[in-house]
Amino acid sequence: FADLADVSIAEDIPVEGEITVPVGSRSPDDDYSTLDEPVRDTIMRDLKAVGKKFVHVMYPKKSSALLRDWDLWGPLVLCVSLALMLQGGSADSKDDGGPQFAEVFVIIWFGAVVITLNSKLLGGTISFFQSLCVLGYCVLPLTVAMLVCRLVLLAGSGTVSFIIRLIVVVAMFGWSTLASTAFLADSQPPNRKALVVYPIFLFYFVISWMILTFTPQ
Amino acid sequence: FAEFDDAANLLAANPDATTISIDEPAEISKNQHGRLQEPGREEDDELLGTDDSDKTELLAGQKKSAPFWTFDYYQMFFDVDTYQVLDRIKGSVFPVPGKNFVRLYIRSNPDLYGPFWICATLVFTIAVSGNLSNFFIHLGKPTYHYVPEFRKVSIAATAIYAYAWLVPLALWGFLMWRNSKVMNIVSYSFLEIVCVYGYSLFIYIPTAILWIIPQKVVRWVLVMFSLCLSGSVLVMTFWPAVRDDNRRIALATVGTIVLLHALLAVGCLAYFFDAPELDFPAPIIPVHNGTTIITKS
Repeated sequence: FADLADVSIAEDIPVEGEITVPVGSRSPDDDYSTLDEPVRDTIMRDLKAVGKKFVHVMYPKKSSALLRDWDLWGPLVLCVSLALMLQGGSADSKDDGGPQFAEVFVIIWFGAVVITLNSKLLGGTISFFQSLCVLGYCVLPLTVAMLVCRLVLLAGSGTVSFIIRLIVVVAMFGWSTLASTAFLADSQPPNRKALVVYPIFLFYFVISWMILTFTPQ
Repeated sequence: FAEFDDAANLLAANPDATTISIDEPAEISKNQHGRLQEPGREEDDELLGTDDSDKTELLAGQKKSAPFWTFDYYQMFFDVDTYQVLDRIKGSVFPVPGKNFVRLYIRSNPDLYGPFWICATLVFTIAVSGNLSNFFIHLGKPTYHYVPEFRKVSIAATAIYAYAWLVPLALWGFLMWRNSKVMNIVSYSFLEIVCVYGYSLFIYIPTAILWIIPQKVVRWVLVMFSLCLSGSVLVMTFWPAVRDDNRRIALATVGTIVLLHALLAVGCLAYFFDAPELDFPAPIIPVHNGTTIITKS
């Protein structure tokens, strides 16, 4: 026991750690104060949260902001804008044209729900809405691709424009898939990762196909 | 559990020969992987061999414990790893003569992952390939305007999911009815039949991609080839279940299975893929008011 008396913490060894304070204790004060704030502040706070998540999708680093504070505003905006841009104005023709608004909407939301259920059934630890949030936000690169495709189609619709569109859509498809797997892959059991990633690949492939085959009437 | 131990020891003492004869590469690798995960279950596999009716009942007792309205009940049907799914796909494409797909690969662990996602992939593959093939066939014609034909996705989905779920339902009902009349040694649960049908559709995915080639001969050769492969897997799976029955009924059942499988392939080929046209220009008929009508040959 004599040795214990010699133990002393040298001054050059840093002592470090984390002290976390439970967050919940703040909420009564928060509710009280957000009731009095101007509406502009409330809206800007939500818009900033959505915008921050967009940035996280475009530069998918290992941050948990997308997962922790999920919201479905971003996916809704992206889905609606993508579905609107996929309308070629062919509503009055009876050709077998591109997908209707409702079809795009259903494919995106139903597809995201099915993929989420699939990953949960395979033993994933992510929650339902977090997964929906990630899958919805990762449609952003494809929405950008759709915008670029429409602009390119305004210039012309020959072979050159097709090649440009093909390259853009393929690149954005790869970006979407990589971004969503970067966020979702950690929550899956290790020997089933491929089983979870494949449906995500199929989902973004179908959306990319719809974007690539868009032809204005 | 004393009797179980005795039986296991007797079998272990006796036929090492039979256990070796059924060991194939897939099963050896599966055993090696399995040893890392569930040692108890894989040891039973080795000792009891393929005569796993005892094991099936034991495991059936263990597995079906959650009530059907809970999430855990459905999680039981997704209890597969990546290598298991890949093995099952491989087993559905390369039929091993004399081996039964259900006994060899499914082994009382039917999953719904394979059937569901193989059907989904097949739906989109057929729609996309059909669209691409039509585009290439009609490319260069002045009157052709490309349309994505998105309606066909929902038609394909209805057809393929109906085949993958209603035909197993009908087959299962039929086999149950025959079982009540004639005692069959081999009987399958509904999910095992769904599993076999789902995995047997996998061969049509590369076939649909190759159907883009606009040659009639190539397409029909592909149909025959894929039908032989997956049809033989289905036949070898279901023949043991009906062979103890009346000869004519057994042959009729197996014949119907193969016929429906062929109908699905031919139907998809006919509906989603336009016929590749021959290489002469279409005749132009001048009409009295000055417009010309180009007829398809």
